[in-house]
Amino acid sequence: MGKVLEKEAFGLAAKDESGILSPFSFSRRETGEKDVRFKVLFCGICHTDLSMAKNEWGFTTYPLVPGHEIVGVVTEVGAKVTKFNAGDKVGVGYMAGSCRSCDSCSDGEENYCPKMVLTSGAKDFDDTMTHGGYSDHMVCAEDFIIRIPDNLPLDGAAPLLCAGVTVYSPMKYHGLDKPGMHIGVVGLGGLGHVAVKFAKAMGNKVTVISTSERKRDEAVNRLGADAFLVSRDPKQMEDAMGTMDGIIDTVSATHPLLPLIGLLKNKGKLVMVGAPAEPLELPVMPLIFGRKMVVGSMVGGIKETQEMVDLAGKHNITADIELISADYVNTAMERLAKADVKYRFVIDVANTMKPTS
Amino acid sequence: MAKSPETEHPNKVFGWGARDKSGVLSPFHFSRRDNGENDVTVKILFCGVCHTDLHTIKNDWGYTYYPVVPGHEIVGIATKVGKNVTKFKEGDRVGVGVIAGSCQSCESCDQDLENYCPQMSFTYNAIASDGTKNYGGYSENIVVDQRFVLRFPENLPSDSGAPLLCAGITVYSPMKYYGMTEAGKHLGVAGLGGLGHVAVKIGKAFGLKVTVISSSSKKEEEAITHLGADSFLVTTDPQKMKAAIGTMDYIIDTISAVHALYPLLGLLKVNGKLIALGLPEKPLELPMFPLVLGRKMVGGSDVGGLKETQEMLDFCAKHNITADIELIKMDEINSAMERLAKSDVRYRFVIDVANSLSPP
Repeated sequence: MGKVLEKEAFGLAAKDESGILSPFSFSRRETGEKDVRFKVLFCGICHTDLSMAKNEWGFTTYPLVPGHEIVGVVTEVGAKVTKFNAGDKVGVGYMAGSCRSCDSCSDGEENYCPKMVLTSGAKDFDDTMTHGGYSDHMVCAEDFIIRIPDNLPLDGAAPLLCAGVTVYSPMKYHGLDKPGMHIGVVGLGGLGHVAVKFAKAMGNKVTVISTSERKRDEAVNRLGADAFLVSRDPKQMEDAMGTMDGIIDTVSATHPLLPLIGLLKNKGKLVMVGAPAEPLELPVMPLIFGRKMVVGSMVGGIKETQEMVDLAGKHNITADIELISADYVNTAMERLAKADVKYRFVIDVANTMKPTS
Repeated sequence: MAKSPETEHPNKVFGWGARDKSGVLSPFHFSRRDNGENDVTVKILFCGVCHTDLHTIKNDWGYTYYPVVPGHEIVGIATKVGKNVTKFKEGDRVGVGVIAGSCQSCESCDQDLENYCPQMSFTYNAIASDGTKNYGGYSENIVVDQRFVLRFPENLPSDSGAPLLCAGITVYSPMKYYGMTEAGKHLGVAGLGGLGHVAVKIGKAFGLKVTVISSSSKKEEEAITHLGADSFLVTTDPQKMKAAIGTMDYIIDTISAVHALYPLLGLLKVNGKLIALGLPEKPLELPMFPLVLGRKMVGGSDVGGLKETQEMLDFCAKHNITADIELIKMDEINSAMERLAKSDVRYRFVIDVANSLSPP
């Protein structure tokens, strides 16, 4: 039998595959001795929220309260919590729990633990379903709480908790964070624009690769990319062949890999962080002839997430956001499906999320 | 007027070549250059038959320059050395592998990675720096710059050692580069042919646990009792595949036909690495979820540089690793190619060139 949840909570939930979100009352557990309870101020909208709300991947359990780019203020800490106090500015990302004992957990890679618990829409160790940050407050194990640097605006910091670590983690793991390296970023959305900012902070030369000219001015003049490459322009692509040490591919739609592999130098790495549902075509010869590799990556461990947020604090990196009210969420989701946002919606939870009457 | 293969160079040579994409090999007269001051002339004793030879003679990849004399797993005796040659003397037993030339001055060449030099020329079916075509080891002799000649270790037999010059380095190089040599880790070898069987032997020599992954159980006993694999996994057995999910640190994928990556990726642990060495004619399907959810990697690798090839030969000599071969005569090459196309060989044909190649 599931645990009895004592504390009332309210938020927005999807109730079926239409993905439409509506007010939802539910309960959360009492603050356990290792838990941190916090009032949610802001929550970013990640493309994953949309996919989960509509059950695109086939494993959604309804009702689903999405949200895993959550920032807020601590209201209560359990007796054994040492790292946080009431009043601290904190956040929670994609994960709310893990087994704490496997190799991945020991290596600080909780994101790859086979028993990792998602912040939203997963079965927790106490058999209850996790509900995410489109809600008034969260309670979470201390080990999965991130401290937000004081100088970062909370609304712009929220998306870093997923988008930020998703690009930061593979850049570090695959050694693409060395000054002077040439990094390509494919797709200029939530993940892509943050990748540009982190890569510049790491001292990389950055080229944004996009299917149309439209975003050139934005990429180069506002986000600070060094160059912009239109993937549908054969001459531009040919001139850029064999010039990049790494490419961060954030595109979640099906797309060709061959031209991207061609842009890599020998030993270059194509990092896939978008997750197209259909398999992509992998031409093997260019990988072989240039000793190149295609790698995947998914968010990052907790230690890494904290490291990323601290780096963001040091370089004043936040996401470019459109702040919305809770009752705009469904419209935001429709716009997100058409990539019509520069570059992340963030819900102003504290000011606009209302309990069901 | 263009010179013919026979008159292009001063020294007449006899070999077997293919003239069109039927891929049929037959006696072929051509010529080779004089032995230059940096060159070594090698009288060829044995030459391994690599699947690439088959792909090339049939123009499967669309860039064969006919007529073509294949062969890049060459072992022979140095009969002449140029005056600048320091590493070899007449009478030495030597090898020539996949690469016969490179620019010798770029970053890759400086790092002993001639295989990634943009001007690298293959031992056969490539244009050399003097604009003439390279002809390979299905012939009496070959003339090669000393940089591209390998010393053949004493205890390696010439016939069963020959395939190491391509198959051996093709698996050894990525195992070193991608860090797949940690003793005790678990290596899967997909496909048990020329590359695969050598990968099993080299994997065991590095102290790895080795599982052969194959579509049929036909080769199971052979793999375990003769090649030394620790276990054998049949991909068409769903229960065994399920039990093996997430158990392998590395996979060397030698399968040259188009095949499914999804089940292989599932066998890898988190952070696992799959190295694709086979050269299918069409792209493979790469499912993204397993890659992303497990931070897994698919990488490629292309033979190895000369320094590394020498290191590999010395490593194999130390561990008594040779290929399992079927020795054939030159005039049996066409039926050997037909059998190779059906993977009907355990595990490499090697042509007994010196004893069977005779001009008509």
